[in-house]
Amino acid sequence: MNGFRVQYEPMEKKDSNADLAKIICRKYLNDAAALIEILHDVQEHFGFLPRDMLPEIAGHLNITRAEAGGVAGFYEDFRTRPPARMHLKICRGEACQSMGANGLIKLVERLKRELEGEISFEEVFCLGNCALAPAIMEGERLTGRVDESFLETRIRRSTGQGPVNGQDTGGEGK
Amino acid sequence: MSTKIYLPCDSGAVSVGADQVADAIILEAEKRNMDMELIRNGSRGMFWLEPLMEVETGRGRMGFGPVCASEVGEILDLLVKTDPETVKHEKALGLVEEIEYLKRQQRVTFSRVGIIDPLDIRDYMEHGGFKGLKKSMALGPEKTCEEVLASGLRGRGGAGFPAGIKWKTVAGQPTGQKYVCCNADEGDSGTFADRMLMEGDPFCLLEGMIIAAIATGASRGFIYVRSEYPAAIRTLKKAIRILEKNNWLGKNIAGSNHEFDIEVRRGAGSYVCGEESAMLESLEGKRGQVRSRPPIPAISGLFGKPTLVNNVLTLASVPVIMAKGAKAYETLGSDKSHGTQAFQLAGNIKRGGLVELAFGVSLRELVENFGGGTRTGKKFRCAQLGGPLGAYVDAKMLDVAMEYETLAQRGAMLGHGGITVFDEDVDMAEMARFAFEFCAIESCGKCTPCRIGSVRGKESIERLLTGKDKEKTLELIEDLCTTLEEGSLCAMGGLTPLPVRSAIRLFPEDFGLQNRTIPHETNP
Ligand SMILES: Cc1cc2nc3c(=O)[nH]c(=O)nc-3n(C[C@H](O)[C@H](O)[C@H](O)COP(=O)(O)O)c2cc1C
Ligand code: SF4
Ligand code: FES
Repeated sequence: MNGFRVQYEPMEKKDSNADLAKIICRKYLNDAAALIEILHDVQEHFGFLPRDMLPEIAGHLNITRAEAGGVAGFYEDFRTRPPARMHLKICRGEACQSMGANGLIKLVERLKRELEGEISFEEVFCLGNCALAPAIMEGERLTGRVDESFLETRIRRSTGQGPVNGQDTGGEGK
Repeated sequence: MSTKIYLPCDSGAVSVGADQVADAIILEAEKRNMDMELIRNGSRGMFWLEPLMEVETGRGRMGFGPVCASEVGEILDLLVKTDPETVKHEKALGLVEEIEYLKRQQRVTFSRVGIIDPLDIRDYMEHGGFKGLKKSMALGPEKTCEEVLASGLRGRGGAGFPAGIKWKTVAGQPTGQKYVCCNADEGDSGTFADRMLMEGDPFCLLEGMIIAAIATGASRGFIYVRSEYPAAIRTLKKAIRILEKNNWLGKNIAGSNHEFDIEVRRGAGSYVCGEESAMLESLEGKRGQVRSRPPIPAISGLFGKPTLVNNVLTLASVPVIMAKGAKAYETLGSDKSHGTQAFQLAGNIKRGGLVELAFGVSLRELVENFGGGTRTGKKFRCAQLGGPLGAYVDAKMLDVAMEYETLAQRGAMLGHGGITVFDEDVDMAEMARFAFEFCAIESCGKCTPCRIGSVRGKESIERLLTGKDKEKTLELIEDLCTTLEEGSLCAMGGLTPLPVRSAIRLFPEDFGLQNRTIPHETNP
C-alpha cells in the first residue's frame, strides 16, 4: 500500500476501454487492495464488467488475470452481461418473506417472461429496510412496503407500458 | 426567526416517499411565503410513522406522520393559521418526544439520531459531540482501554466479545502500522441499526474510530460498508471530508501529535464478508474467504498487521462511554450484558423500528408493547432472533430476557439485535429450507460441510415434505446439522443448524411430523 489520497480524473465518453481502465486504476494509485472499488467504478460506468476490462485492470494492478477474474466472480454484485432497461433487486431476506416477498418474486418472474428483455432482476438478502418490508431496490433507489399491484404498475410504467403520471411514493397506496 | 421543519433523509424514510414530501414542503412553504428552514435529519426509528415531519415549537417538536406529499399544503396552512402546538390534523402526533414508543426507550448510542442534522458539525457538538474524544485524549491510550473494558461493552456485531479486551490486545502489539476496521457490512436480515446510525449520526461513528485509533496506536482506518447502503456510503464520505477540514482527522488531530485517516470501502454483495477475516480479505482486494485462526486479527489482521475490528454500534457506543464514564454505562443492563442494545423490530410487525433499551427487557415487551403485534393483525407464530443464522422462537418463549447468556441458555442468540416477526401464515418448512439455501448461496466455499452439506440439507427438507422415508430423511438432516456444527470454520456453516433445528422442533407439523421431537438436540 502506498499513498492514501484518492485522485480524481474526469472520464470521457471518447476514452477507449484501455484508457478507462488506466484512469480508474490510477484514481486508486494502482493499488491492488482497491480492486473491488475499481470493479465497482467500472460497473457503474458500463452497467456491467466488459470482458476486455479485466486483463487491463490486472495489468495496472500487477496481479494476474486469473486473480482479477476470481475476485470479480466471487462477488454477487458484479455482472458480466449488461442488465435490462429496468433492473431490480428484490429482497428475499426473512423479514421481507414475512411480508410477502415471495409473491413479488413470482410476479416479477411472470412479467419478465411477458416483457422479454425489458426487465432483469436479482434476489438479494436484506436491503436494511426490514421494518418497511417487503423492500426492493432499483439502482440506488430503495422502496419499502411494496405490494404486487404497485410493483406491476411501476414495472409497466418504467418499461413504457403504462401511463406515466405522478410520482410513486412507496407501495402504500398513497 | 424562521420555523424549523425536520424531515428524515434516512433511506428507510426515503423508501416510503420522504424526498417527495421534502420537495412538497419547500414548494408549499414558498407558495405561502413562509419563513421556514428544512432540515433533513436521521430517522427516529419509528418506521410506521415515516415520512415523519417535525415542526419545532417553543415546547418541543410537534410530529406529523406518516405524511404524504399531498397533505403538506394543508398541514402548513394549519401551522400558519394556528399555534403549532394546538394544530388539529388527522396526522398530528403531538410532541414527538412524548410518543410512548420513543419516551420509554433509553437512547444512549442513538441519542442524537433523528435529532440533529447528520452533517452539521456544530449541531453535533452542541449535542455532546467530541466530548468523549477530548476526555480520552486527556486520559491517554492506556486509561481509555481501561474505561472501555470497565464499561462492560461487548461487540455488537454478533459474537459479543468484550471490546476492551480486544482493544488492549491491539494496543499491546509492538508499535508500527496498525489498523482500525469498522465492520459496516450489516448483512443480517432484520437489522438496520448500523445503517440508521451511519446515515443519522456519522460523526459519532467516526469519533468512536478516532478514539479507538488513539487508544490502540493505529494510524489508518477503514469502514467496510455493504454496497446495498449507497446513502450511508455517501454520508460517511462527506462526514470524513468535514472532519478532515476541521482537523479531527489527518495529521495532528485536534492539536495533538496523533495522526489518523479513514477511508470508506464498499462491499460487493457477499454476506460472508461480514465475518471479520473475510472482511479483511475483501479489504485487501481478494475473494471474501474466511481465514483460519490463529492468528487473530488483533495480532495479525489487515495486511498482516495488528487490526482492531469492531462493529458500527460497538464503535459508536464508545464516545458516550468516554464522555459519561464507564460506570454510567456499566450499571445499565444486567449481570453480563451491560449497557444498551439497539433492538430492531422487523418483518410482520405493526410498529417496526429501532428500540434502544438496557439489556434484559423481555421479548414480549418488545414484540407486543413496542411492536404492537403483527402487522397483518393475525396471530403471532414465531420470531427469528439475531438474523438468518439465529433461532426461531415461539410464543412460549416471549418472556425470555433479551441478553447474551440467557438467550444462549435457551438455544437462541441475540446476534446484532434483529427480531423478525412472523404471523400464523408462515410455512416453517419453507423457512428451514431457506436457511439451508441461504447457507449454500452465501458459503465462502472453504469448508465442505458448509458448501456441499447446505445443498444436501435443502434437498433433504424438500424430500421430507414429499412424505417418503421420513425417519431416514430426518436422521440425515440431523446428521448434516451436526456435521455443519462440527466441521465449519465460521458461524455461517456453524450456526445454520440453529434456525433449521428450532423450526423443526417448534413446528414439526409444518414438516409433516406430527407430535415429534428431533432425536438428540445439542444445546448450542
Ligand atoms: C457469516 C458471518 C457474518 C457476519 N456479519 C457481520 C456483520 O455484518 N457485521 C458485523 O459487525 N459483524 C458480523 N459478523 C461478526 C464478525 O465476524 C465480528 O465478530 C465482528 O465484526 C467483531 O466486531 P464486534 O466485536 O464489535 O462485534 C459476522 C460473522 C459471521 C460468521
Ligand atoms: S463455514 Fe462456510 S462460510 Fe464459514 S469458512 Fe467455512 S465455507 Fe466459508
Ligand atoms: S430482510 Fe428485506 S430489507 Fe431486510
